[in-house]
Amino acid sequence: MSKPSKMRQVRLSTTPTAEALADLRLGDIVYLDGLMYTAREGVYMRALEDKANIPMELPRDSAANFHCSPAASINADGSFTMGAVTATASFRFAKWIGEWMAKSGAKLIVGKGGMSSATYKEHFVPNGAIYLTTVGYGTGALLGRGVEKVEAVHWDEELGIAQAMWVLKCNNMGPFIVASDLEGNCLFEIENEKISANLDKVYEGTRPATLKRFGETDDRSDELIS
Amino acid sequence: MIALDKIQSTAEVLMDKAAIEIPDDYLTGLKHAASTEDGDLSSFVLQAMLDNYKAAKEDRRAMCGDTGCPRWYVKLGNDAVVEGGMVALETALRRATANATNGVPLRPNRVHPLWRTDHDNNVGIGAPEIEYGFEPAAAGEDKADWMDLITVHKGGLFGTDYRMLFPSDGIEGIKRFYLDSLVAFGKRGLACQPAIIGIGLGGSKDTCMVLGKRAACLRTVGNRNSDPRIAELEDEFKELGNSIGMGAMGFVGKNMVIDCNIEVGYCHTGGMQMSVHAFCLSSRRAVARIHGDGRVEYRTDPDWFTPYQRRETVAWEGFEMQPLEAAE
Repeated sequence: MSKPSKMRQVRLSTTPTAEALADLRLGDIVYLDGLMYTAREGVYMRALEDKANIPMELPRDSAANFHCSPAASINADGSFTMGAVTATASFRFAKWIGEWMAKSGAKLIVGKGGMSSATYKEHFVPNGAIYLTTVGYGTGALLGRGVEKVEAVHWDEELGIAQAMWVLKCNNMGPFIVASDLEGNCLFEIENEKISANLDKVYEGTRPATLKRFGETDDRSDELIS
Repeated sequence: MIALDKIQSTAEVLMDKAAIEIPDDYLTGLKHAASTEDGDLSSFVLQAMLDNYKAAKEDRRAMCGDTGCPRWYVKLGNDAVVEGGMVALETALRRATANATNGVPLRPNRVHPLWRTDHDNNVGIGAPEIEYGFEPAAAGEDKADWMDLITVHKGGLFGTDYRMLFPSDGIEGIKRFYLDSLVAFGKRGLACQPAIIGIGLGGSKDTCMVLGKRAACLRTVGNRNSDPRIAELEDEFKELGNSIGMGAMGFVGKNMVIDCNIEVGYCHTGGMQMSVHAFCLSSRRAVARIHGDGRVEYRTDPDWFTPYQRRETVAWEGFEMQPLEAAE
């Protein structure tokens, strides 16, 4: 960092202890060590709806689920080329996340943009899990450096490269930001609340569109996600 | 004649550059934003991004794991001739897209919308998009015997919107939709701000979207519209966006907009179409001019919106129609 950061930095295992999770605070910067697997709609549908056997021993091997499709390729000799790694927006996976955590024992959900506090309270809190968001969200090269190697790729033939289950060996991989805690508080909602307080002032001198669109809301503090 | 193998090899280099090298104009804009940002979380994010651009170049690794949806803009000089014709050109660009997807590597983002078929190479029905423009010889240029090849890898999910406004909505209505769009894009940072914002005004719904997207992706930071009154609006809208109080990732901050570019097109007399497009923290674009004699010049400024592209009149002044050769 060229400018010293005020944020607290923490190294965390991808099979974290309950104490390590309890120690995390919203806004902490986290670097991960251990195995992390990618799973998003393709894996969730295959494992939860089609009831396919998960090709890993979870959560023994990893309790960290990354909402990610890497920029990677599988070479003709079966080896992998891993380039940049970034997360995809997690709110879209709310419908599967509770069942997935119960089945996989995941304690860390790593993705883009967090989920709602309602999702945290309903699914994360009972499972003792927290949410880590990627930074930016474009720090793909930094995260790529944190992947020591690709341990395995599962379901690439069934789901394609983007939706496959990539098992990544992480070494000081980061940065990530703690976006939820064990009580289900949501960093993004806290920040949104502060910003919303200023919006009426910014909107002064503007006018609503003459022609409304069906389903529009005037509630500017709306989270927009369910 | 522009050689086909030159087109494909240049296109492959452009794919690599767009994914890996942050354009200088945007980098300068983001560094300025980082120096003015005082939100703790927002500052951390911007510093991490600056580190990331360096890591990408050092490792020759894509900046972002979501490498977007590759597309091509081809601008042909009026005297350019392509070896094998335009079908060969399109094949070369599709081949370069597929090769670079596996070579860089990029993420094979493109799938069939219904069957989710993934060719693992970013090529499929309508993908990559290839759009065209034409350009007369510049003043002092004997012949426009060249082709500008531009690739843009914009993200494919968040950060665009359209609204039909009317003349009675006025500037106040334009501002309202602009703010609505930025706040919606910006919550939790899903559209990856601070970014270059493009606004399209006028045209019809489809051309309005095209204008706004091109304003975001084909103009550089610091560049201004040639209409001085639109240029003023661009300055005003940049400031307005940065007064929302939102920064990177939707955290409290003061940097949403690295620059705001507006492009206009003539529209129906009763309407005032508006589109808003946010490019992203990786602003992936790369450009090369391939000359008929085989020279290739790389740059990062697409220089798309020339006076010719914004022309208002029937004929292009200074351009003389060449008479057809008499039959022998």
